[in-house]
Amino acid sequence: MTFPRDVKADFPLLRQRFHDTPIVYLDSANTSQKPQAVIDAMGCYYETTNANVHRGSYELAVRATDALEGARAKVAGFINAPSTSEVVFTKNATEGMNLLSRSWGGANLGPGDAVVISEMEHHANIVPWHMLAAEKGIELRWIPVDAAGHLDLTELDRLLDGAKLVSLTAMSNVLGTLNDIPHLAEAAHAAGALMAVDASQYVPHLATDVQAMGADFVIFTGHKMLGPMGIGVLWARAELLDAMPPFLGGGEMILQVTKEGFTTNEIPWKFEAGTPMVAEAVGLGAAIDYLNDLGMDNVRRHEVELTAYAMRTLTETHGDRITIHGPSEPAERGGVLSFVYGGDGDDCSGTVHPHDVAQVLDQAGVCVRAGHHCAKPLMGVLGANATTRASLYVYNDESDIDQLNAALTAADDLFSF
Amino acid sequence: MSGLEDLYREIILDHYRSPRNRGELETPPAVRADGFNPLCGDEIVVYIDVDDSGTINEVAIGGQGCSISQSSASMMSAAIKGKTVTDARRLITAFKGLMSIHETDIGGDGSEAEMGIDDQAPHISIDNTDDVSLGDLEALRGVVKFPVRIKCATLGWNTLAQALDEASVT
Repeated sequence: MTFPRDVKADFPLLRQRFHDTPIVYLDSANTSQKPQAVIDAMGCYYETTNANVHRGSYELAVRATDALEGARAKVAGFINAPSTSEVVFTKNATEGMNLLSRSWGGANLGPGDAVVISEMEHHANIVPWHMLAAEKGIELRWIPVDAAGHLDLTELDRLLDGAKLVSLTAMSNVLGTLNDIPHLAEAAHAAGALMAVDASQYVPHLATDVQAMGADFVIFTGHKMLGPMGIGVLWARAELLDAMPPFLGGGEMILQVTKEGFTTNEIPWKFEAGTPMVAEAVGLGAAIDYLNDLGMDNVRRHEVELTAYAMRTLTETHGDRITIHGPSEPAERGGVLSFVYGGDGDDCSGTVHPHDVAQVLDQAGVCVRAGHHCAKPLMGVLGANATTRASLYVYNDESDIDQLNAALTAADDLFSF
Repeated sequence: MSGLEDLYREIILDHYRSPRNRGELETPPAVRADGFNPLCGDEIVVYIDVDDSGTINEVAIGGQGCSISQSSASMMSAAIKGKTVTDARRLITAFKGLMSIHETDIGGDGSEAEMGIDDQAPHISIDNTDDVSLGDLEALRGVVKFPVRIKCATLGWNTLAQALDEASVT
């Protein structure tokens, strides 16, 4: 399709067979597979460069520090951050969200202050605010989701009135909905609020420009974008980071420590207490090189084409038996297909439970996620306790969709009563 | 589709299609317990009505979930109806024993012997049942080959344990 070479061949895990059939990995919204280049970069780091960073006086330690900071520079370039010092490495996006709520929220929010989120948020952008509500009495406001899977902005002005922060996903991990972040950031700023973006599902799939987004904070994770688990990113404007108190305390994040107290390091290290995840940063850097080589515009084009193919062929084969949630136009969504199988449209009765669908698909080597996708409030809106979710990435092709399609027919055979 | 027969036995699918004792009971006199599987969002509601002699006179099952959680709860309801609280607790222990084999030995080689799916497995004995035979619950034995589904099978039983605790204090 879009790519001039066999991308799947770059991913050693995808050469495996499960249950006597080639693996079909359709769970990339959960975590992505890793290309050989990423695996090699991390192995090479440990074979040639490993030392602790920012403190060794020998050549090896300097190289390790360069590896970490070089990766940071790659991240900054990838998201068009104005400065490398604005890129804070975290453990994952969840830790980024907690850094935001604990550090910025802790210093800037008090009783009655409103944070606006939406019904399509991942728990990572819900629970930290619930925790702050319990501790400090902040008010949590919810932008609703409409039947088509879009944010319902009819009451936006009222929701934003007096709000201190708007924190929204750029792309839903359940519906694939792409939210208009520049527009929402403009509205947030007009209301005097700051704008935070959960970009965990966005950065891996679409060219990202934090400045064009108009956001104040952008948070994402490495493992969904071909990088390793254990590294995420919080980007924020430098003046915000400078004013925020530290998150975790310890080594690396200090300038001076006395028996009386401490002073904090410069950004971004102020927020990176302890020995950082250097090999993971190197792996993330290699993932960014890999994605840049494919070209993010090509990545997006590939996913729109494959999403269109999946929506068309699944609907052709299964008709009313399948209900795919989220926007109906492939160009307006990401490659995340949450669906309910069986039943007759609105009626939940007769549907094959997602856990059972996933079990039958697994037997055909097809990996999908079944459950609430860490978005229980959204499940309530959809009127489902769970959905089955197939999510696409660069290594998927039409044959993967065809196998999903055939395996769904097998599930139907087993469970249609 | 090969490999799935052990999980989706016909008797399991039958209980899934036609769940026994489905519904609600008035509380009080009945007690109610709610069980959730946070992994998949499945929920089971167990109602039991225990008389003064400690016999479970009525049982009803509500909630929704996958074929394994729903059929296991259905079989459980049929197995405990008319039994004493003591017998029901004994049954819970035996059933969870059957299901915990793999949970405690997940690093095994995956063979049936390793997982204890052989004659050493604990047997569930149910005396004088009316509409349920021993075979019904035994059908769930195959679930241990699919570790992620064990929580589905035990959801109803954990919820029953809560309900029994509730009944003993009221």
